[in-house]
Amino acid sequence: MGRSLERLYNGIVKENPTLVLMLGMCPTLAVTTSAINGVGMGLTTTVVLVMSNLLISLLRKLIPDSVRIPAFIVIIASFVTIVQLLLQAYIPGLYSALGIYIPLIVVNCIILGRAEAYASKNPVIPSVFDGVGMGLGFTIGLTLIGMIREILGAGSIFGFRFLPESIKPLTIFILAPGAFFVLAVLTAVMNKVKDRSQNDSAGIQCSDEMCKGCINTGCKGRIIEGSDIDG
Amino acid sequence: MSDLFNVSSGPHIRSKYTTQKIMGIVILALLPTTIYGIVHFGIKAAVLVVSGIVTCVITELIYDLIMKKPITVGDLSAVVTGLLLALNMPPNAGWWMPVIGGIFAIVFVKMLFGGLGQNFMNPALAGRCFLVICFTAEMTDFGYDGITGATPLAMIRNNEAVSVKDMILGNIPGTIGETSLVAIVLGACIMLAFGVIDLKIPLTYIISFVIFMGLFAGRGWNVDYLLAQVAGGGLMLGAFFMATDYATSPITSGGKIVYGIALGIMTGIFRCFSSSAEGVSFAIVFCNLLVPIIETLTLPKCFGKGGEA
Repeated sequence: MGRSLERLYNGIVKENPTLVLMLGMCPTLAVTTSAINGVGMGLTTTVVLVMSNLLISLLRKLIPDSVRIPAFIVIIASFVTIVQLLLQAYIPGLYSALGIYIPLIVVNCIILGRAEAYASKNPVIPSVFDGVGMGLGFTIGLTLIGMIREILGAGSIFGFRFLPESIKPLTIFILAPGAFFVLAVLTAVMNKVKDRSQNDSAGIQCSDEMCKGCINTGCKGRIIEGSDIDG
Repeated sequence: MSDLFNVSSGPHIRSKYTTQKIMGIVILALLPTTIYGIVHFGIKAAVLVVSGIVTCVITELIYDLIMKKPITVGDLSAVVTGLLLALNMPPNAGWWMPVIGGIFAIVFVKMLFGGLGQNFMNPALAGRCFLVICFTAEMTDFGYDGITGATPLAMIRNNEAVSVKDMILGNIPGTIGETSLVAIVLGACIMLAFGVIDLKIPLTYIISFVIFMGLFAGRGWNVDYLLAQVAGGGLMLGAFFMATDYATSPITSGGKIVYGIALGIMTGIFRCFSSSAEGVSFAIVFCNLLVPIIETLTLPKCFGKGGEA
């Protein structure tokens, strides 16, 4: 059970696909014009991700190494088609809001990435939890972006308008540039939080020698994370 | 300025100008058109100017304090940004619009990229473009004195006659700072006299723009039309005060000329073929992004590496 929990934590916080790995940027930027679209896109992707991780992990010993990518794509595309037909039948509103981005889940790099990096090498249960964790991380990222864009750009939250008509929202946030602004700020906040939590462990001390050519004048010799120095 | 550049080997360029002095001269040069705008449009314009300047200065101060950076408000660049932002707003805008635009300009365009000298586009114009996209109706509402305010640019687009004399004196609707050609040219002369700007960018900008409009606007070389295009909108204010911004324009002479021509062509494209009558601010912001490419292409050869001749 410990390993499953670790997979969940890894997907939601440590390697959050939206805010840390920067994967699946196309749906992240394009469909998050409102919170509900973000949730819809995130959950749809989660379903595909869990199912494909499950099946690929089950078949991992049968798929020959040389044709694994086409095999993964076939499995992923099948699940995307199933989800697309289900959405069209039962949630037509969301289906039309997400539009072309539903079939494009096939080429979402999170799904192929998890299949290649995790599900094809690990047992079934951790793979499923890996899919759930990554999917939830993606959903949370998209929902946050969608919520902030909707609040700033339309003055509403989950479709419920809370601003009076007299106050004009900042329309730019539900247009394309707003997606970049919000994603950038959220990523910066995430990095700050991660920096702070990792400063206590696994950091290295600045020495006089290292501080010489360092442009980070704000640090004043305090402990910084090792990866910062590599770039 | 980054601490990284504090030590270098000679030879060193010496200059009597500090950033603060240059910004002071720019503010002085902007005063004629600011005062004219306030006289022309009344107290509303003064409110916008004050609100723009105060917002930009306070935003920069708060950002420096929160990020524990040296306080950079003293270099007056935030004052210039706030003033230019306000001069680019229509007089009917609410006082809160320069506040939103100023915060965006200072935080997102200037400070997050490292402060003055490292901003990738002109903060005041980026703030204006942000506001134009957010509040299109308010930012294009130029009515004043109860007259329905179509700017000369909008009027010539609809084939209405405009008075060139009014445009030169400034007796026209428009943004606070763009209306009076006389006041802008007076300000430009102040900056030229102190050597703060040179004429390469503004001249190539205006000339290439006029040539573009003559060729592609479909009115031929009609002098009245071309004069209205040059004097009736934000072109003069943009060419002298915003296209010449040090951080976002090329350094070399060749680069400046290429940049000016690019500005002229982009402004012409926006004015001829876009849905709005004005296009100076989007053209300058767009060309700011071309500057790194222009700098790479027009890099002068090092001494001794010149090849033949």
